Amino acid sequence: MGRFLLKRLFQTIIILIIISILAFSLIHIIPGDPVYAMLGTDITKEYHDQVYHSMGLDLPLVQQYFRWISNFVQGKMGYSYHFKEDVLTLVQRRLPPTLILGITSAIFSVVLGLLFGIITAVRRGKPIDSILTVLANIGIATPIFWLAVLLVFIFSINLKWLPSWGFTLPWVDFAKSMKQLIMPVICMSVGGIASYTRQTRSSMLEVIGQDYIRTARSKGLKESKVIMGHAVKNALIPILTLIGLTLRNSIGGSAIIERVFNISGMGSVMVEALGSRDYIALQSGIVFLALITCICNLLVDIAYAYADPRIRLD
Amino acid sequence: MSESKRFFKALFKRKIVAVALFVILFFLFCAIAAPLVATHDPYYQDLYATFSNPSAEHWLGTDHLGRDVYSRIVYGARVAFLVGIFAVIISAVLGTLLGLTAGYFGGWVDSVIMRIVEAMMAIPPIVLALALVTIFGRSLPMLTVVLGISSVPAFARMMRGQVLTVRDLDYVAASRIRGNSDLVTMVKHVLPNCLSPMIIVMTQSIGGTILAESGLSFLGAGVLPPTASWGAMVNDGYTWLERCPVFALSPGVAVILLVLAFNIFGDGLRDALDPRLRGGR
Repeated sequence: MGRFLLKRLFQTIIILIIISILAFSLIHIIPGDPVYAMLGTDITKEYHDQVYHSMGLDLPLVQQYFRWISNFVQGKMGYSYHFKEDVLTLVQRRLPPTLILGITSAIFSVVLGLLFGIITAVRRGKPIDSILTVLANIGIATPIFWLAVLLVFIFSINLKWLPSWGFTLPWVDFAKSMKQLIMPVICMSVGGIASYTRQTRSSMLEVIGQDYIRTARSKGLKESKVIMGHAVKNALIPILTLIGLTLRNSIGGSAIIERVFNISGMGSVMVEALGSRDYIALQSGIVFLALITCICNLLVDIAYAYADPRIRLD
Repeated sequence: MSESKRFFKALFKRKIVAVALFVILFFLFCAIAAPLVATHDPYYQDLYATFSNPSAEHWLGTDHLGRDVYSRIVYGARVAFLVGIFAVIISAVLGTLLGLTAGYFGGWVDSVIMRIVEAMMAIPPIVLALALVTIFGRSLPMLTVVLGISSVPAFARMMRGQVLTVRDLDYVAASRIRGNSDLVTMVKHVLPNCLSPMIIVMTQSIGGTILAESGLSFLGAGVLPPTASWGAMVNDGYTWLERCPVFALSPGVAVILLVLAFNIFGDGLRDALDPRLRGGR
């Protein structure tokens, strides 16, 4: 197990290095002068040269990369010209809303998705299976922004139950925070719940058809024990690998949801930074988001190795 | 029973798959024959008739510029189909190349390719797509390429897994022993045996790609206005939601119907093509 994890840790570091190179290259792939692209062309030549120099764009590429990455690791991510603040403070301020939304909806997706998946598989062919399967299919096909608009229309405009925009940290004003969280979290979870339901269902059905389930039943075990003890445990192994990407998907959805509900999170930082060609915020933002995904994947690998003895003992 | 007859029988065993195919063909017809299906010019602005309610003249009302919403939805099907189908072809081709090479050669080639693929996967797809749009610019062809690139990882991983299962089989070894080059062995013997899962994943990805396109358009990173695109229409409509809900909500229904149809058809195709499932359920 130790060797497996060490190998995955090493791979994760390589992946992060590749991502940092990709994020770094962004500024050089885009046609045109990055400083003019970022600040507009009506700045003075002196100012341009000053920014150009401060970003280290006059250095050789390899040197630029190492300068950027060593600064990044030390927390010196530079000054964002669009947001008019240091990138590290920007991220510190904007990451919490996205993480709260992302983690809450990731938990909902996994828990409800697994639950519905197991129910539909066990009750295969019954009305509950048909209803949940149809709902899951619709859930996967529904654009997250459309669902958000629909919910705002129903619950904010018509019923006036929930606020249509804003975000408050739970420890600042809990009641207000919950009211503002309900709709964004529903929107961000629906797709995840739907796809986990489908995947768990098909994984469960595959396992239920295996010989060892028949053996378990034929030795007289209670059906609940067969399902929970034998089937679910094995059905979850292929699902585990998907879980690492749940937070990534939630954060991606956050880019859209933050826009609909006017939330100042990391997703809207990325969208705004791209729109205004703020490469400094962009590079760091991409590396940050990728770092979160990589950490999740690593945690999942640990769980995976723990759950599947074939890996643990390899 | 002939092979193709058996295939179609398996495919349409569930009525819903036939319905899904019908919905897809219906939208395809709308896309191709848009001028015939639409009741108005989708670009014609009637500034005296903005935000009108659904009526006999404007079936789904008009938008903030007085354009006919129904006609714009019909034309929007063009963007959805073009982007959905061609982006999936691009990701399938690139993903196949990467996955086939990685799986066939293994070793360090595999490691390098898969690490790059995993690096791409670590970035949320919508952020990756947005970044690529910023680099390549906003146009229909570029949007297609961008969405194609952002779903390469899924195809590469699937293809690699598929190649790994056939790579060590006897007929592949036989091809090599005959003196065929790696390229010939890969293309003539490994690839054809990986095609059926590839077709399944492609069909299942079209829906997801159409969703992604509508998401990008919603964020204002899709095709340039005034071209009608469903996501962009919802974005326009959201501003006026209180005044004119039909305008904001109706394009989304089109997205759901088409994506749902592609997903159901993809599932049907999987059941029909996968011999393990044939006749089983």
